[in-house]
Amino acid sequence: MGTMVKVGMADLNVCLSPDAITTLGLGSCVGIVLYDPGKKISGMVHVMLPDSAKIRNNENLAKFADTGIDELLNRILKLGANRGALIAKIAGGAQMFAFNSNNEMLQVGTRNVEAVKKKLASLHIPIKAEDTGLNYGRTIEFYPENGNLIVKSVGKPPKTL
Amino acid sequence: MSEVKLDQMNNMQFDVLREIGNIGAGNATTALSQMLSAKIDMKVPKIELLEFKELGELIGGAENIVVGILLTLQDDIDGMMMFLLEKRAAKNVVGLLMGGFGGGADSEEFSEMELSALQEIGNIIAGAYLSSLSALTNMKISSSVPYMAIDMAGAILSVPAIEFGKISDKALLIETEFGDIGEEVNGYFILIPTLESYGQILTSLGL
Repeated sequence: MGTMVKVGMADLNVCLSPDAITTLGLGSCVGIVLYDPGKKISGMVHVMLPDSAKIRNNENLAKFADTGIDELLNRILKLGANRGALIAKIAGGAQMFAFNSNNEMLQVGTRNVEAVKKKLASLHIPIKAEDTGLNYGRTIEFYPENGNLIVKSVGKPPKTL
Repeated sequence: MSEVKLDQMNNMQFDVLREIGNIGAGNATTALSQMLSAKIDMKVPKIELLEFKELGELIGGAENIVVGILLTLQDDIDGMMMFLLEKRAAKNVVGLLMGGFGGGADSEEFSEMELSALQEIGNIIAGAYLSSLSALTNMKISSSVPYMAIDMAGAILSVPAIEFGKISDKALLIETEFGDIGEEVNGYFILIPTLESYGQILTSLGL
């Protein structure tokens, strides 16, 4: 058993088998795993916002879906991942508070998921599994050894994607 | 108007914000205390300037299960107000308030009635916090209805974090912990004005 690499909010990291990589308490944020199953090279990014172009203060690349995925891709390619073999698994993007208003600032979860999907499609990286939306938080763990993404939520049995 | 730059705040500004936390949370704690007929104390407010990766760890770790009540603020101050209770503490609070009619403190889940009581508590407490802030600064503050979620602290705190993420790589918040002696009803008030509103608050107080 390897160690567990932690990824914080607006943060990213890479992980090689036998280690595993995790991010805790995803709410409206989205966790994205990029994975080369052949070489067992993986990386995870925890993005908070959909689009860096709409925001002036965008120094932290890992904060946004577009720049975060680009940066993560660079990092795992540097480790020797095969660009054509990459797959993605994503989780998060919940709406934590049950608002009935259409307050734009509270529907960021949905917009995050859309932005992540659009970005991955533009990079031609297929999404092999997802657990997104709804109204609860998620902790995710990814194991590059077997490609399993474990999703844990409060009061629900863990899911393996 | 005072301009607030997160990385260049001076001690005077920190002191004033701490005092706002003190007055706001002081009133809120008194309101809670009266409602529950229990003695509840607050700690010295903390002004935290945090990177997002640290934010999730704020309330006993990102996976700690908490009840979060959130109100959005508008008018002269924009931002959010949050009232967070540990899950066990939330059970105790409704127990005290409803005198055992809530649906059993032992059960893991909250009954409809308990949920609605918690929401109302959040409303009253946040109202006490905000009205004292409003009186102090002479600013008009209106709040939304309270929204509630019971989940991992990290997931709940991501909601205000995202708002701050739009303008900064760090979040500035006024956090006050409260609790009774036996730690039966401990929790947190967190006031998270937007950066612009911080400037307006400081200006209104002559800084």
